[in-house]
Amino acid sequence: MKDQLYEYILMLGDNAMILGHRLSELCGHGPNLETDIALTNISLDLYGQVRSYFQYAAELKGGDATEDSIAFLREEREYRNVLLVEQANTDFAYVIGRQFLFDAFHLPLLEQLCNSADTQIQAIAQKSIKEIRYHHRFSSEWVKRLGGGTAESHTRMQEALNHLYPYTKELFTETEIEAAMRDNGKGADLALVKAAFDASVESVCNAVGLTLPEQMRNYDKGKYGIHSEHMGFMLSQLQYMQRAYPNMQW
Amino acid sequence: MKKEWPIWEIFIRSKNGLEHRHVGSLHAADAEMAMENARDVYTRRMEGVSIWVVESIHITASNPENSGELFEPAQDKVYRHPTFYTLPDEVKHI
Repeated sequence: MKDQLYEYILMLGDNAMILGHRLSELCGHGPNLETDIALTNISLDLYGQVRSYFQYAAELKGGDATEDSIAFLREEREYRNVLLVEQANTDFAYVIGRQFLFDAFHLPLLEQLCNSADTQIQAIAQKSIKEIRYHHRFSSEWVKRLGGGTAESHTRMQEALNHLYPYTKELFTETEIEAAMRDNGKGADLALVKAAFDASVESVCNAVGLTLPEQMRNYDKGKYGIHSEHMGFMLSQLQYMQRAYPNMQW
Repeated sequence: MKKEWPIWEIFIRSKNGLEHRHVGSLHAADAEMAMENARDVYTRRMEGVSIWVVESIHITASNPENSGELFEPAQDKVYRHPTFYTLPDEVKHI
């Protein structure tokens, strides 16, 4: 029971951490100063949430686990994030598309977790929800701008959605852990999250004539620790310092 | 087509009751984006509770060449400052 809660917290934290890392790669490389700061702000928001999740996870795990050991000293198969958040910063449309699809999922998820039966999850969700509401607003606005902008920006936004949208099936494919957390009232009901996700994604896309591909990916198992080829590269960068200089601090 | 986004001037009110003050400028495609960019660039450290954005082209500025006739005549008119009153000790903050 306690193990399931621990794993559930990892799912929440790992999604935020891997997406936060992807966004942090853009620091100093955004299309302009304003967007660069906006994206790295979002990254910092996500890392703030990750710390709360992992501090709680460390408490649940006990022993000498800390937020840092959970973040930096797990093997790839122990990370439980979905494949969507691993996808590369191919171009600005991909960055925005990935953010938009994740935010459309993240916001209704956290809205439910604000009423979680677990007081820690509830507190983290209530603290994070305002940040996520802003992320959702930011990414929705940009999808509309790119989708409704020039022929070039529309084509690129559509290409990004064609690549990224099929990954969203995994978000709503319930694992045993998520089912157990839904039943005990600590976790979210993914069917309800999906209804809100569909409504917000469709309304933004319809507004600017973007279409959603029908073919979805069926075998993604990020929540079970089976990741795409991107993951190893990201972890080697994320974990380098702790692996090369064990227990280092600064 | 213009490549660069227009420039916007950003005004922030640091707390209720104080006036909005100019804090800087930024690029944005329209007012809504200027508002979001201002939030991200200028209020990251709790600098404000309210934001105004104005596109820079809407500001009419005085020409530095005219500084002579605009400002110098005020220099020798000390009687415009209320410095000839004696203030009671109890009055502070003036």
